[in-house]
Amino acid sequence: MSDRDDLRHDAHNPHTHDESPVDNGELRDAAGHSIKDQSRSLPIPPTDDIIADGGRTLWGDAWYRLRKNKLAIAGLVWVIFVILVTLTADLWVKPYFGDPLAMDTTLGANLQPPSADHIMGTDKLGRDVFARVVYGARISLTVGVIAVAISVAIGLIMGALSGYFGGFLDTLIMRGADVFLAFPYVLFAIALIAVLGPSYRNVFIAIGILGWPSIARVFRSSILSVKENEYIDAAKAMGAGHLRMIFRHIMPNAVAPIIVYGTMSIGGAIITEAALSFLGMGVQPPTPSWGLMLSDARPLMVRAPWLMLWPGFAILTTVLAFVLMGDGLRDALDVKMKD
Amino acid sequence: MLKYLIRRVLQMIPVFLGVTMLLFILRAPGVLPGDPVRMITGERAISDTLRAQIVEEYGLDRPLPEQYVLYLGNLAKGDLGDSFQKSRPVVDILADKFPNTVKLALAAIVIEVIIGISAGIISAVKQYSLADVLTTLSTSILVAIPVFWLGMMLQLFFGILLKRWTGDTIYLPISGMTSNRFPDWAHMILPAITLASVSTAYVARIMRSQMLEALGQDYIRTAEAKGLSRRAVIWRHAMKNAMIPVVTFIGIDLGAMMAGAILTETIFNWPGVGYEIFVAIGQRDWPVVMGGVIFIVFAVMIVNLLVDLSYAVLDPRIRYGGAAE
Repeated sequence: MSDRDDLRHDAHNPHTHDESPVDNGELRDAAGHSIKDQSRSLPIPPTDDIIADGGRTLWGDAWYRLRKNKLAIAGLVWVIFVILVTLTADLWVKPYFGDPLAMDTTLGANLQPPSADHIMGTDKLGRDVFARVVYGARISLTVGVIAVAISVAIGLIMGALSGYFGGFLDTLIMRGADVFLAFPYVLFAIALIAVLGPSYRNVFIAIGILGWPSIARVFRSSILSVKENEYIDAAKAMGAGHLRMIFRHIMPNAVAPIIVYGTMSIGGAIITEAALSFLGMGVQPPTPSWGLMLSDARPLMVRAPWLMLWPGFAILTTVLAFVLMGDGLRDALDVKMKD
Repeated sequence: MLKYLIRRVLQMIPVFLGVTMLLFILRAPGVLPGDPVRMITGERAISDTLRAQIVEEYGLDRPLPEQYVLYLGNLAKGDLGDSFQKSRPVVDILADKFPNTVKLALAAIVIEVIIGISAGIISAVKQYSLADVLTTLSTSILVAIPVFWLGMMLQLFFGILLKRWTGDTIYLPISGMTSNRFPDWAHMILPAITLASVSTAYVARIMRSQMLEALGQDYIRTAEAKGLSRRAVIWRHAMKNAMIPVVTFIGIDLGAMMAGAILTETIFNWPGVGYEIFVAIGQRDWPVVMGGVIFIVFAVMIVNLLVDLSYAVLDPRIRYGGAAE
C-alpha cells in the first residue's frame, strides 16, 4: 500500500534568478517569497497555459489550470454545495423537512417509501431520511476535515524532524511510519477505537493518528529535495534558526503536495468514518451518520430498499468530489505522484 | 538467494516489534484512558477476586517492559487470550475461519487480474475510445465508492430485485457460504466481486498508464517497423514490460484483501475472520477483536514477505542487485 501513498515532489527551483540584478543583495527577500518565484521556474507546457510575464503567482497559474479541468471544477462545486447545504440546514431542513432526530411513533409512520411529505421516505423510527442525509454531511465533513488536520499536524512535525535533521531521528521516525503503514488502515482504527471506546470524537482521533505517516513522507521528501539548494545555505549563513528555516524557507516549497494529498485524504477519511460507523465502531446512534444509516438499512433491504440508496449515494458523490479535486490540484500544481 | 531471504526476514523484525509494541501500548494501563482489565473481560461486571486474578495473570501490576515481554511470550506461543463470549481460545476461533477468508481473497484476486488487466490493456490500446472513457470513468467511481455500499447494492440488485423480476428463477445468493439452492461457488460471486472492486480499478489504472508508456517506447516502433503485427507488438513486447508494476501491486494487494475482508464478509455474512471480528464488536468481545486484528496483521505481513521472496525468485535483478527497497 505504501507505494500508492508515496508522493514525490518535483523539486522546483525557487532561486533560479537569484543572480539577476534585481534580486542581488535582496537574498532574504528572494528566499522569503519563494512561492511567488516558483512561477518563473515551472516547466512551461507546450500550450499557452503560462504567459511568461512573471506577473502571475504559482497560485494564479494553478487556478488558471484548475479552471480548465472540468472534472475538478465539478468536484469543487459539489464540495461547496455540500458545505453550503450543511451550514444552512438549520434554516430550511428542520422547519420544512423535519428534524433528523425527531422520531414519529405513530402507527405506520415508519418505513414510509418516498412521498411528498418525506422525499426520501422515513426510517424504522419514523425519522425523515432526507433530513438525516443532510445532517449526515455535517458529521462526514467534520470528521474528514478534522481528521486530516490532525494527520497533517502530526505529519508535518514528524516529516520536518525526519527530513530536516536526518540521522538517527530520521531512521527512527521513518521506521515508525513503516510500522503504522504495515497495519491495514481500518483494522488499526478498529484496534484503537476498541481501546478508546466507540464515539464520534474517537473516530477522528483514530483516523487522524493513522494518516500521519503518508503526510510525513511527503513532507520529508520535499524537504530533502530543497535542502541542498544554495538559498538554504544562504539563509543559514544569514543566521536563520531551525524553525524559521523550516517554516519560511522550506515549507513554501512543500505546501503544494501536502494540499494535494490532504484533499484526497479528506475523501479517504470520509469513507473510513462511514466504514467504522457501519461496523459499529464509529459514530453512535442516534447521531445521523451516513455509515450508521447504511448499517440500519441493511436488515431492511427487502422491506425498505430506499433507505440504503441515498446515504451511499451521498458518500460516493462527496468522496468522488474530493478525489476529483485532488486529481485536478495535482495536475494544476504540477505535483508528481506515483499512481 | 539465501542471503536475500535472511536479510528480508531480518528487516521484518523491527516492523514486527513495532507492530506488537503499538498493539501492546494500546492496552497498557495508564497510556490510554481505557481500562486494561475491561479489554480482557469486556463490559460485564466482574468480582474483585476475578479482577485481581486477571491482573496477576497478565502481569498488569508489573512494570511495562516486563509486561511487554510477557505479552510477546504469549504471542509466540500463539496465545491471543480467550473469548469470553464463547469461552474458547481466540486463536482457535480464528484459525477455524481463516481458510474462508483466504478462499474469498483468492477469488477476488482472480477477478482483479482478469478484469483489471484486460480493461487496462483495452483502454490503453484504444486510447480515447468509448471503451477507454468508460474504463477511466468507472475506475474513478470505484475508487470513491464505499465497498460496503457497493456490496449492498449488488445484493439488492442481483439478490432481491432480480429474483422479484424473474419470478424466483434467476438470482444470486447474497448470504453465507453454502445453501441447498446453490452450488458453493455461486455463493462466492457477489462477495468476491465486492472485495475485488477497488483493487480492480487500481489494476486497470496502473495497467493503462504502464501500457501507454510502453507503447510509446522506441523498441515498440522498431518492432512495428520490422513488420510485426499489432497483436504481436502488444502481447509480446508492450505487455511484458507493462506487467511488472501490476504484478507488484497485486502482490501487495493480496495482503490488503485479507484486511478488506472485514467489510465484505460482514455484508455477505461470509464466515471468515473479518465477520468474526464484526460479530465480536457487537458483543464487545474485545479479546476476539484485538486478537483478530493481530491475526490479520500477521497474515498480511507474512503474505507480503512471501510475495517479496517470490520476486527474488522471478527477478534476478533483486536477487543479485540487492536492491531491496
